[in-house]
Amino acid sequence: MALDRIDATAPARAHIRSLIARHGPLMFHLSGGCCDGSAPMCFARGELRLGARDVLLGTIEDCPFYVGADQWERWQHTTLTLDLVEGRGASFSLEAPDGVRFLIRSDVCAVPSAAGDRG
Amino acid sequence: MRYARPNTPGSKVQYRSRYDNYIGGQFVRPRQERYFENVSPVTGRPFCEVARSTADDVERALDAAHGAKAAWGRTSAAERANVLLKIADVMEANLELLAVSETWDNGKPIRETLAADLPLAIDHFRYFAGCLRAEDSGMAELDASTVSYHVKEPLGVVGQIIPWNFPLLMATWKLAPALAAGNCVVLKPAEQTPVTILLLAELIGHLLPPGVLNVVNGFGVEAGKPLASSPRVAKVAFTGETTTGRLIMQYASENIIPVTLELGGKSPNLFFADVLARDDEFRDKALEGFTMFALNQGEVCTCPSRALIDRKIYGTFLELAVARAATVQPGDPLDTETKLGAQASNDQLEKILSYFDIGKKEGARVLLGGQRVRLGGDLADGYYVEPTIFEGNNKMRTFQEEIFGPVVSVTSFDSFDDAIAIANDTLYGLGAGVWTRDVHTAYRAARAIQAGRVWTNCYHLYPAHAAFGGYKQSGIGRETHKMMLDHYQQTKNILVSYDPKPMGFF
Repeated sequence: MALDRIDATAPARAHIRSLIARHGPLMFHLSGGCCDGSAPMCFARGELRLGARDVLLGTIEDCPFYVGADQWERWQHTTLTLDLVEGRGASFSLEAPDGVRFLIRSDVCAVPSAAGDRG
Repeated sequence: MRYARPNTPGSKVQYRSRYDNYIGGQFVRPRQERYFENVSPVTGRPFCEVARSTADDVERALDAAHGAKAAWGRTSAAERANVLLKIADVMEANLELLAVSETWDNGKPIRETLAADLPLAIDHFRYFAGCLRAEDSGMAELDASTVSYHVKEPLGVVGQIIPWNFPLLMATWKLAPALAAGNCVVLKPAEQTPVTILLLAELIGHLLPPGVLNVVNGFGVEAGKPLASSPRVAKVAFTGETTTGRLIMQYASENIIPVTLELGGKSPNLFFADVLARDDEFRDKALEGFTMFALNQGEVCTCPSRALIDRKIYGTFLELAVARAATVQPGDPLDTETKLGAQASNDQLEKILSYFDIGKKEGARVLLGGQRVRLGGDLADGYYVEPTIFEGNNKMRTFQEEIFGPVVSVTSFDSFDDAIAIANDTLYGLGAGVWTRDVHTAYRAARAIQAGRVWTNCYHLYPAHAAFGGYKQSGIGRETHKMMLDHYQQTKNILVSYDPKPMGFF
């Protein structure tokens, strides 16, 4: 069941519709790690085989948006908004050849655990 | 000193207006005749066009590689080692040209390309030439008349997908051992930084038989995917992020081939109280070690992006560290005095800015920086940001995600165990730093941190003769070190009986 934790800006939605027109149904998966890490990856639906521990954050323009469970554990105090910026990244994401890149913007929806709070 | 801009009079680098793929020893137009604009992050402006390849071009490169693999795989170790040495010599003779191009394509300061990227890449080819000559396979006498021989054989044709943060050096980390081991390579550079590797191919092409090295440029989905999913490659090596890493493992599982993956980290840099015990060279070195988060604009998989500081010295150390980091300000990447260059692309810049935003929203304190920088003149549209220091706690997203910018998140620890617990509270385990004058603390910490490389009283050294790679979600396999020859070879066991008598079973 979707968590309803992802939304999208109008430019991102418009571009998703354009991609759907060219590539058919899509899926998103939030990446982690280096280079283009922490960026959303957009694939033809089914391109990335989902694991039992991928979490469905919601759907945008009917496209499911997933993240790995371990990563979500560290992001779960935030709500995400899918945006679109100029650039192309370096990934297998479908929008890159169009000279644009999906980007995540975030808001805090709960305070992180106070354990380890220091400074 | 300031190096002249490429394509201006007096510059070491005069780019062609358009670059094709390098396949079978020559430059070949992409089948669909499409090209993309290559932007310099220094100015934010395009400076050449590069082939936008598709599966057809990847197939053509694979044809060339398969055509060359039998002969290249049969060359003697001495022959291949000599080729690697000559490649290193040509790179050395063209060091400034390649360094200027790398700076122009990636945005990193020329100080770093001249002193690190190029010398390290050159040494890497020489190192593997040496390893190759010294390599020896094992044999064993199993009994008086049975002998086991182990012979190393190349994998054949391998696919390599290169990141944009150290385009030439990361290509070298993958190329040198693959070529040394007798493989042919189809290499896909990152789409942000496609050009310097083509300049290198132009310079060294005559040293290699046609088809041994092939470079296919283009977008990940159009050129990277056909390469990574091809049943005609015997191995895929990839440096990048985790979702693409998963995809590459998925494709590899369909073809049952091995992969090596280097997927980044969120490296902790631990400063124990005794670093401030004296005001001496070592204290100065530790402060430099803190500031290493700004190396290569933080676009390093092992960026020491979490500084964990002993509470006993927290305030004093941080004051000194902030002052030190403040001296590193962005400037013209082609000026040899500049310590901080441009981020590699606009989307990378935007991602860093999005982390400045969430860092502040999560309540992290900004101790330094936190803004985009607009430089003057032709740099006005380049992608520059301030070195940035956040203070917060390890649960914050700026402590958990690789920002890939000149950004460090700082917190304190109360004890050795606390330090290790925070250091290991991450999905990743690529690099780490430990700073202390106490050898016992240093060794205990190095062993307790779950990471593939623990720099101890140093940071960001990348010698060829030291293995590099990740624990946990940072990837699979290693790069650098002679063990890489094994990563690019099959082991053939020839089991021989010298006994003429039957076994007597049947």
